[in-house]
Amino acid sequence: MSEAISTPGISRSALRYRKVRDRIVEALLLAAGLVAVFTTLAIVAILLIESSAFFDHVSLKEFFTDTMWTPLFADAHYGIAPLVAGTLTTTIVALIVAVPLGTTIAIYLSEFAPLQVRETVKPILELLGAVPTVVYGYFALTMVTPVLQWFMPDLPGFNMLSAGLVIGLMIVPYVSSVSEDAMRAVPRYMREGSYAMGATRLQTALRVVVPGAFSGLAAAFILGISRAVGETMVVAIAAGMQPNLTFDPREPAATITAYIVQVSLGDLPHGSIGYQSIFAAGLVLMLITLVFNVIGFSLTRRFREAY
Amino acid sequence: MSTNLASYRNVEVMRKDLSRRKVLDQIFVIVGLIVMLACLAILAVLFIDLVRDGSSRFGWDFFTNFASRRPERAGILAAWVGTSLIMLVTAVCAVPVGVAAAIYLEEYAPKNWFTAVIEINVTNLAGVPSIVYGLLALGLFVYQFGLGQSIAAAGFTLALLILPIVIVATRESIRSVPNAIREAAYGLGATRWEVTKDHVLPYSTGGILTGMILGLSRAIGETAPIITIGALSFIAFLPESPIQSHFPFISFKWLNDPFTAMPIQMFNWVSRPDPKFQANAAAAGAILLAMTLLMNGVAIWIRYRFRKKINW
Repeated sequence: MSEAISTPGISRSALRYRKVRDRIVEALLLAAGLVAVFTTLAIVAILLIESSAFFDHVSLKEFFTDTMWTPLFADAHYGIAPLVAGTLTTTIVALIVAVPLGTTIAIYLSEFAPLQVRETVKPILELLGAVPTVVYGYFALTMVTPVLQWFMPDLPGFNMLSAGLVIGLMIVPYVSSVSEDAMRAVPRYMREGSYAMGATRLQTALRVVVPGAFSGLAAAFILGISRAVGETMVVAIAAGMQPNLTFDPREPAATITAYIVQVSLGDLPHGSIGYQSIFAAGLVLMLITLVFNVIGFSLTRRFREAY
Repeated sequence: MSTNLASYRNVEVMRKDLSRRKVLDQIFVIVGLIVMLACLAILAVLFIDLVRDGSSRFGWDFFTNFASRRPERAGILAAWVGTSLIMLVTAVCAVPVGVAAAIYLEEYAPKNWFTAVIEINVTNLAGVPSIVYGLLALGLFVYQFGLGQSIAAAGFTLALLILPIVIVATRESIRSVPNAIREAAYGLGATRWEVTKDHVLPYSTGGILTGMILGLSRAIGETAPIITIGALSFIAFLPESPIQSHFPFISFKWLNDPFTAMPIQMFNWVSRPDPKFQANAAAAGAILLAMTLLMNGVAIWIRYRFRKKINW
């Protein structure tokens, strides 16, 4: 039987060789896939291990209730609040820019723009998100801050406002692109139903498409928030590096990320409390990102529309 | 209904309402266009501003001088050499691993919780702030693996950072290959790897290239993670050359050398109070931005070409 179907030129050993080779390749490919899992585990492990060394010296109570963050000074205080305040302030400023701009662009591209315009503009818009962040930092410091100082003469050279505005600009393409995809996923018949009732395109967009795509929009905003919270170079360059417990965007302040950069620029010995403090700061950063993602996840679940 | 419509007054009201709604519609079109064009204009302003501020520094010397205390003599030699070598390491690590992981997820992975874990991990990694990769690298590569503050450590870090980008782009292009092609190959007795290697991958080349270029263009501008590793901003020597004049002609000693990179150099110049250094920062920024935009342009072009060429 097997004699009959065996083709000339393909021996059994060749077939076995190909099968063995397939198994080996599969194992290699799986190993590559596992790199992603190991990266996540390694991030969590490194942050936890180094932070636990930090929390051997600093009580959790001090970490969360002290209002000063001066780990590198002789009179060391370890209160994370000023850094969190800086991070939240720049993030809020960024969102105030990015959410209206990003959503408007998304509605325009998805509901109004001709196909040709959409196909041309989208890739160019995405370039805004591809610009190196250090370049945005330069832009915030040397261009946006002086312009703002025309209107607000008292504005210091380093301030969270210009950093936040520029971050907002940077995340516009993330917000607009994800929102647009969500709006385009709303089925056509829903729009047609709305038009048939005599609604204009704007009414259809705002009252049918946006509510229908709400879970996608929430995902887009969460993506924008994650970007803004983790943004480093813009704040390190334009917002100053002094921890400052304030929610006033006109003031200079350090964010969690700016603090990590500041410490890394210096020459801290491995294992010192200053070295460990950046991992504790990193852990807080990850937790903030995680909280926003959980909120986003529950929002998307709650408002998901199935078509 | 007919009584309503018959009433002259109601028709008037409806007309007014309709024209008001149509005006709002038109206003939104204009607002949308303005917002969109403003965002595009900012991109142009950004580039023009950098070129204008840095114009005094463009010249051969800028590329062949090391950093210096005197702004007019400072250049980016160590920075661009460092960036090129880091990108080499990043590409060599991220592309094979990323493509392999994508092939596994698309062509091999069974539908079970284990695959779901890998997929969730890839998605989550894309959202991890880049500075956290820097912390990972500092703890793991620099101290645990003893790589020190080297080109290898920086390259590995950026490779991990762009891995999700490469994986997602590759998966998308693999998914767009029609199943009929796979089934035809299976029908002729090909094994799964033969199907993937000889049929699926050749059709996905465009998407893989796009993902690779987009990933590298992200990596080239990343500053925060390599500052965390401990890139130096003042380096007045080059890493050991990878190509040697004597046997065995190739050297890997450069992997262990300390380094600086374009974004680090620019950051260093930006943070100096002397305004003359700002010109250097602008010039470095213009070059960095031009490289990023060029890479993105190439990626868009490749995507466009491949989309046009393939007709299933």
